[in-house]
Parts: sequence; structure tokens; C-alpha cells
Amino acid sequence: MKFTEEHEWLRPEDEEGVVTVGITEHAATQLGDLVFVELPEEGRMVARHDEVVVIESVKAASDIMAPVDGEIVEVNSALIDNPALVNEDPLGDGWFFKMKVADMADLDAMMDEADYKKFV
Amino acid sequence: MTETLRRTDLHDLHLELGGRMVPFAGYALPVQYAPGVMKEHLHCRAQAGLFDIGHMGQVVVRPRSGDVEDAARALEGLTPAAIVGLPEGRQRYAVLTADDGGILDDLMVARRADHLFLVVNASRKADDLAHLRDGLTDCDVIEVADRGLLALQGPLAEAALEALAPGAAAMRFMDVATLDSDFGDLWVSRSGYTGEDGFEISVQGGQAEALARALLARPGVAPIGLGARDSLRLEAGLCLYGNDIDATTTPVEANLLWSIPKVRRAGGSRAGGYPGVDVIERQIEEGPARLRVGLLPEGRAPMRAGTPLFAGQDDADPIGEITSGAFGPSLERPMAMGYVETGRTAVGTSLFAELRGRRLPVAVAELPFRAPTVKR
Repeated sequence: MKFTEEHEWLRPEDEEGVVTVGITEHAATQLGDLVFVELPEEGRMVARHDEVVVIESVKAASDIMAPVDGEIVEVNSALIDNPALVNEDPLGDGWFFKMKVADMADLDAMMDEADYKKFV
Repeated sequence: MTETLRRTDLHDLHLELGGRMVPFAGYALPVQYAPGVMKEHLHCRAQAGLFDIGHMGQVVVRPRSGDVEDAARALEGLTPAAIVGLPEGRQRYAVLTADDGGILDDLMVARRADHLFLVVNASRKADDLAHLRDGLTDCDVIEVADRGLLALQGPLAEAALEALAPGAAAMRFMDVATLDSDFGDLWVSRSGYTGEDGFEISVQGGQAEALARALLARPGVAPIGLGARDSLRLEAGLCLYGNDIDATTTPVEANLLWSIPKVRRAGGSRAGGYPGVDVIERQIEEGPARLRVGLLPEGRAPMRAGTPLFAGQDDADPIGEITSGAFGPSLERPMAMGYVETGRTAVGTSLFAELRGRRLPVAVAELPFRAPTVKR
């Protein structure tokens, strides 16, 4: 599992370069209770740092950015009816989307779990 | 940040309780504790919540004549509320108006034995004191800086306060009383900012933390931060000064006409005599050009303050703006309030809010969103 400075996690799912993306427990706690999630369309091509997900907590709206270049291949539509999944299980059922990464080498520079723990 | 921010008497307690401190009106205050806004909100509605509102201004207005009615008469020169004749031991909501009818602040006015006791917004405290001193020349206007202020709200509030300050349970909504307690004399009003039954309690500064700890030890009482205070008041349809009302909104536009009783309106025995009366009377007569209304977004996306409102999908010009918006934990849906031009303010009117470049449907709704449970 890899982590970004924007408090996202990426979990490689297969040999084809598909990764699942979510936010860390630290980020979920900081944001507070989520009440709204707007997900991207499947099939959308995105560049790193494109805003792909809109989330709203009880306090404010925030954006989740694409961690790398690639294509959105699946979204977690369970979040539309139950945004609280992100707070309850940020590393599991609270995932946001799966994307096919254009260049898996982009992940090499990212933090691993030990680095991320030091970062937060 | 904390170096430049003022602290309330409960600052150390907030830190001990895990409060996440934020700047608010020049004070460091907890926006939430560990449970978070949603759980704190629901806890207050189901049991009881304790709020630190020590940032708010407490002001004594004491008539030099010794007759409180003189202070009441003088204060009516600054507000369209009825203060003359307010019985001792009762409190009333009022707005201070400017010459153009705008709202300088909203406040509570309590009549005590030999003075009026005012609770004003933290952000307006300094301006209010100057304005009151200018306007109430035959009264001493004294800022009560040595007392803390707590709010205890929710269905278990009565039992919790009665255990520490006998007499609380006998009070009714908008009663005020001085109650004896182990924490010195408490200036208590049965009122609040949540739509729940509850109390606001002024306590000697040195006793505020001990009182807060004793209240938190009562069954069902939990600390609540500013985040839930905001969602609770919005569900209750109550205005936040600086968002929903300010110097650019009149009490008529703000749908606060109920705070201007007949006796202060044209034809009443104490009509007029307050700043902005011409503008306000004309708006009462002709109707205002815009009105504060409740708004319920049809989807799940919260619509926040500043979001423009349109009559149609393709209209170029907005017909209003949202002034407060959040997710309502008890409503289990987003809610908002804002100003809408006259003619589109009927409950059920469909409007559009522009959010992230898209127009999403929102309907004018009845306020409050949730009926109050105060003890009348």
C-alpha cells in the first residue's frame, strides 16, 4: 500500500496496473463526519492532481485529487447513499474509486506505511 | 494562534476533554470533541449538551434613577422590541437597529430586580457597548467581564441543573432567575440556541469550570462544540449574526417581525422611536423586497453560505443567496436558509442553487425545520 502527502492511500489490485484509492484514517478523522460524496464517471481519463471526488463533511467541502495519471475504472457507489462508510472504514468499505494507472513507476516515489506514519 | 486569542474560563477543561480548538470571534473555542459534530448534535437532542458560550457579551444596564422602567424606556430608543412592561424575571429577544433599518446585533434582554441584563454576540460586543453607552445616557452600561456563561440544552438539562441549583425545574421558557448553588449565585435563563428545552447560566468566572465539571458529571450531559451548536441552531431556524442577519438586513427582511410587537408598530401606544423606523415601517406596510426563508436541497449535496439562488435553470441573474447551510443530523438531510426575492418565498417554491457550476433543485421550506421542544 502506498500513501500520498494528500492523505490518500493506493492499493495495487492486480498485475494490470489497477489500484484502489481511498483516504487515510487520519484524513477521515480530520474531515469529520462525511455527509456527501460525488464520484467521477467511470471511464474518465484523469491527470495527477485533477479534482475527481467532491466530499462534504458536516463542516466543509473538500476535493480528492487523482494521485497519478490514469483512467477511472470503477467507483464505490455505496458511498452515495452512505458517505459515513468513509469514517467507519476508511481503508476498507470506504474506498472511493479504482483507477488504471498510466505508469506504475509513479507509485515508487510514494510513501509506504512506515513513511506515512512518520509524515502524520 | 492561541497567543493572540482570548480564552474563556473553561479553556483548560476543553483541552482536557480533547476539544479541537479553533478561533471564533477572537476566542479559542472547541469546534468539536472526540465524538464529532454529528454525534454531539444527536446527543444534545437525545440527552443533554453543555456548551461554553463564555465568549458572548454579558451587559448590565442599570438606570441611575433606580427605576428599571426608565432603562426599559431608554432601550426602546435603540430597538423595536417591547421592553417597557417586561415583567421582572422574564426575558425577551430583541434586535438593535441602525438608522437605515439594518440590524446592529440581536440579543436577549432580561429584566432583573434593579437592572436589565443583556446577552449579546461576541463579535458585536465592543460595538454594542459603545452604542448602548451613546444611546442610554441615563443608565450605567456595565460589561460583566468576570462571569462565565454556559448553555445546558436538551431533554435531560432540567434534571441536571435542578440537582445543582434547585429552582431551575420550576422555570418556564424565557424565565430568568438567580439561583443559589455550591458555585455561587447563578443567573439562569430558560432559553437557548438549539430549539431544545434548556438553560443559559451565568456563573462567577472562578466557579465556571467547577460548575461545568459538576454538570458533566450528571446523567446524560456531554460537552458540545461550536460545530454542533451551528447545526442545532440551523435546524431550529435561528439566525446567526454575521451570516443570516447583519447591518445590511432589516428585521422585516430577516423574517423577525415577531420581535416587533403591535405596541411598537404604527398606531401602537409606543410606536416608533427607534433607529430606522421609517424604513422598517415602510417595509411592514409594503412588504420587503426580499425575505429570509428556509431552504431544503432536494439532493444530498449540502448548500453552504454564499451559494447563489436562481428562479430557473438558465436564468442569468440570481434571485437570492444562501446565508447558512449545513447537513442537519436530526433531519438526516441538508438544510439551509437564505434571502429570496419577494414573490418566490412561498413554502414549496422550487428554486435552483448553483453549486460547483451546476444548478441543483432546492425548495423553499417552513422554518423551523424541527419544532422546538421548549417548556412553555
